[in-house]
Amino acid sequence: MQKFKETILAPTLFVVALILLWEIIVRLFGIAPTILPSPLDIWKALLQYWGPLVSNSWQTLFTTLAGFGLAIVFGLLLGVFIGWSKTIYGALYPVMIGFNAVPKVAVVPILILWFGIGTVPAILTAFLISFFPIVVNVATGIATTEPELRDVLRALGASKLDIMRKVGIPRSMPYFFGSLKVAITLAFVGSVVSETVGSNAGLGKLMLDAQAAFKVELVFAALVALAVLGIVLYAMTAWVEKRMTGWAFRGENQGF
Amino acid sequence: MQHGEALVELSNVSMVYGQGANAVKAVDNLTLTVHKGEFIAVVGPSGCGKSSMMKLISGLMPVASGSLKLEGKPIAGPINKVGMAFQASNLLPWRTAVDNVLLPLEIVQPHRSQMRSKRAEYRDKARALLESVGLKGFTEKFPWQLSGGMQQRTSICRALIHEPEILMLDEPFGALDAFTREELWCMMRDLHAQKQITAMLVTHDLREAVFLCDTVYVMSDRPGKIVKVQKVDLPRPRDLDVTYTAHFQELVQELRSYIGRH
Repeated sequence: MQKFKETILAPTLFVVALILLWEIIVRLFGIAPTILPSPLDIWKALLQYWGPLVSNSWQTLFTTLAGFGLAIVFGLLLGVFIGWSKTIYGALYPVMIGFNAVPKVAVVPILILWFGIGTVPAILTAFLISFFPIVVNVATGIATTEPELRDVLRALGASKLDIMRKVGIPRSMPYFFGSLKVAITLAFVGSVVSETVGSNAGLGKLMLDAQAAFKVELVFAALVALAVLGIVLYAMTAWVEKRMTGWAFRGENQGF
Repeated sequence: MQHGEALVELSNVSMVYGQGANAVKAVDNLTLTVHKGEFIAVVGPSGCGKSSMMKLISGLMPVASGSLKLEGKPIAGPINKVGMAFQASNLLPWRTAVDNVLLPLEIVQPHRSQMRSKRAEYRDKARALLESVGLKGFTEKFPWQLSGGMQQRTSICRALIHEPEILMLDEPFGALDAFTREELWCMMRDLHAQKQITAMLVTHDLREAVFLCDTVYVMSDRPGKIVKVQKVDLPRPRDLDVTYTAHFQELVQELRSYIGRH
């Protein structure tokens, strides 16, 4: 009962109160719908533009997940590679930092120049922005393997690959899955940013068009769609994390 | 107690960390022999090179000079004839106790290639080993579900599963409370008696060394040299009560007088 109160009732009431307050303020002060549409206006817009909202959501979801997928594959490979030896770590790390320091929005025009307006730049932006945290986390997880454990295995004649397979990689999994939550959020940001800079589909593009046509309630409806999509993506990765690395979340069912 | 043939022989061994001007001599001119079935202890102040000695014998570090032999053959690199356990149990948190114990078999030949076909047999063996150290009913638990003492027992089982020629223990009971530590002394004593293992214990605890071992080597400050070899003539099997006898105390006191002396 207490749990229900904390995790369901309280947040629901808060959201409802927030929407009511918003509606009241808009009506009370007579704020023009072109400045701040009321929740009711946004709801109407959601219904009215349901078709384009859904199809553009699919587009954004697709580019986000495609970029995220690429980020997982390359992030894992590069993370293992960097975690492999101190020398590789030392050689690549500064470059990685420099690469990460470049705002990805600045890269989008180049991607458009290379691949044209469309889906590819959005996927690549999502990929570029989200693979860094995966690499760093995987590499850290591997690099922090206890030296004694290494010694135990090395004394048994284990090769570097053995140590990696038996200890390094499993050990880095909580770091990896933890980084996915950050990465998926970033990939989503990357997709939408790329869509707003230059694209022909997606929620970013839809918002841009709506803004140009002064359909402010549609801009907000698209924002709602973005929020829903973002929450779903985050919840999915959080669930996967919890399922895959339950051993790292001890304490809840402590034996002693 | 009479022991078998020489298993590990160190003669005039020294070992160096680092190179050139930064080189630090960790151990110097060590000569000692571990016989089959013998339980030896190496005691000494912190940083005297006790752990370095373990790294030498397990082949993880090369000797700078002198000779180091196992069963008459020079040790040149890692050999899977050693089992190691440390102060931290270093169990893999994603594996149950029995799966942790199985880890060495997944690495050492010939078990490695037989892992698939003999998995059930190996598991039974690991389970039996865990049960022999009092972990019946805990074999399928994860490390975080085990107490510190149980984790350490599991860690020692992992060091023994591949039936190494020599078991190396680096302060394995150092992080445990006094009562658990004594319990584990008894466990170690029984394992040594049952399986006739050869073991080398690195410790700060002189009582532990005297209680468990046949021979105690006292090392000096860095670079570590052996300053005293003490045979422990207490009859086996030893009971914990022996630690309260006058003779036991004498041995401990005698050893203590060699520590921190230059």
